[in-house]
Amino acid sequence: MAKKTSLYEYAWRLPLILWQGLFFVGPLLLMVAMSFWLVRNYRMEPDFVFNNWDRMLSRDYFWNAYFVTFWRATLAAILASVLAFPASFALAFRASDTVRRWAVFFLIVPFFTSYLVRIYAWQVLLAESGPLNAIIGFLGLGPFTMLNSGFGAMVGYMTLVLPLVVILQTFSLAAIDKSLIEAARNLGANPRETLLRVIVPAAKVGLIIGFVFAFILSFGDFVSPFYLGGSNPPTLSILIVDTTKSGQQWPRAAVVAVMMIATLFVVAFAAVAAAYRKRS
Amino acid sequence: MRIGSAISWVYVAALFAFVFAPIVTSMVFSFNSDRFPTVPLGEFTTHWYETAFSRPEVWTAFRNSLIVAASAAVFSTALGFATAYTDFRYGFRFKNAYLALALLPPTIPLVILGLAMLAWLARLGLSGTLPGIIIAHTVMGAPFAMAICRLRLQQMDSALEAAAWNLGASPWRAMRTVVIPFCAPAIISAYCLTAAVSFDEFIVAWFVSGLNKTVPVMILEILQGNVDPQINAIGTVVFLTSMTLVILAQLLILRKTSS
Repeated sequence: MAKKTSLYEYAWRLPLILWQGLFFVGPLLLMVAMSFWLVRNYRMEPDFVFNNWDRMLSRDYFWNAYFVTFWRATLAAILASVLAFPASFALAFRASDTVRRWAVFFLIVPFFTSYLVRIYAWQVLLAESGPLNAIIGFLGLGPFTMLNSGFGAMVGYMTLVLPLVVILQTFSLAAIDKSLIEAARNLGANPRETLLRVIVPAAKVGLIIGFVFAFILSFGDFVSPFYLGGSNPPTLSILIVDTTKSGQQWPRAAVVAVMMIATLFVVAFAAVAAAYRKRS
Repeated sequence: MRIGSAISWVYVAALFAFVFAPIVTSMVFSFNSDRFPTVPLGEFTTHWYETAFSRPEVWTAFRNSLIVAASAAVFSTALGFATAYTDFRYGFRFKNAYLALALLPPTIPLVILGLAMLAWLARLGLSGTLPGIIIAHTVMGAPFAMAICRLRLQQMDSALEAAAWNLGASPWRAMRTVVIPFCAPAIISAYCLTAAVSFDEFIVAWFVSGLNKTVPVMILEILQGNVDPQINAIGTVVFLTSMTLVILAQLLILRKTSS
């Protein structure tokens, strides 16, 4: 079945190249090009000038937003990894195959279920006079201000990423060769040593992938910092929305977007390198 | 060890409670009479459903969402299947680049994809139209469809298709009579999942949609006003729709893989 089938072969291969080329790569390249365009009288003109780059990268508000976004995404990725781990551990080592399969089943459902409405529900739950503060009030505490703060945004990030991180961690932990753990026990390792020196290194790739996805999703998220974080301080995603929606400053928004993509590339590559580095 | 095990199950339960709390809350409060919901609950009411669904723009938004989701899912699934089949059947130069092209879209932040799509579709004269949203959602759904179809193809004995060829079937006929029937559950599953992805997506749709709003875009715009329990009512309908689709999608693959 050498090259007789080439028309057939191309019929299956080309659709993706054409579609993603035209509607994924094309738009992104245009956006990069657009960051060098000029806006005159509210109209964009193709050009090759660095005005937008100059203007954005010399402003404090851009760098403030940059570091806030980076810091929050890092924190969210650490928090999600740490919060997810005990649950993933239980699902991987203490659950039967059936229980684990259903747990993953029920974690996939919320991951694909209207994030926006879930964030609205948190807005109601966390409100000053909302249910959570009412319950805290019964205990004689509060009320706490939870909305429009870093805390609120973090609750939102966890809503977004926790299911995914638990799934990724569970798979990587469940794939560990159980005899490795038994061997460690037989050789006299206590549970803590077994965890840190056998289990975590063996599941390293999955744990790092979970961390990276949590970072990517939190870094780009608009909804949580806007509706739960009160957009104060603004994140890069909020900056893009504001710059795009108010006035025709798409080229400046494009600068922010290119900076974000560059950052994600660096983080993803660093993580992959860390994941596959041989242990010395 | 018993206590340790009990604690870890309580922890798992707490994590699930956190993940499902907003979904349950939204459903409960959609039937609650208080405008600013809290505990103890107010009275049972269907008032918010009645107000929300007496507005013609809500119906228009649902109609738009259904059109977009149903069409984007067709294109995503077709693209995803073709890509999965290519990956399964053929090796070629730059295959890694090909696969990267297929799987990268979910890693690009939605606001960025929204901005890029807006600029691009505006040049093509498609911004503000439903076809524009369908195009964008197809890009976003295809990787998920590809993953599902690829998993299913993995379970197919590749000799099966070769056998059909040897028995004189043309590749097209072997595809139609062997490969596609074998992949049918995955194809339907991919359709359901990509429909759910499209039905729930609001950032790119918001950038691109203009006046043709889908349901989540409408919710986003109501949200910018104030707390409004109508969102719980509309949101509950959205939850039920997308949850049904995702559950269906999963059951279709699980049933086949376990048998």
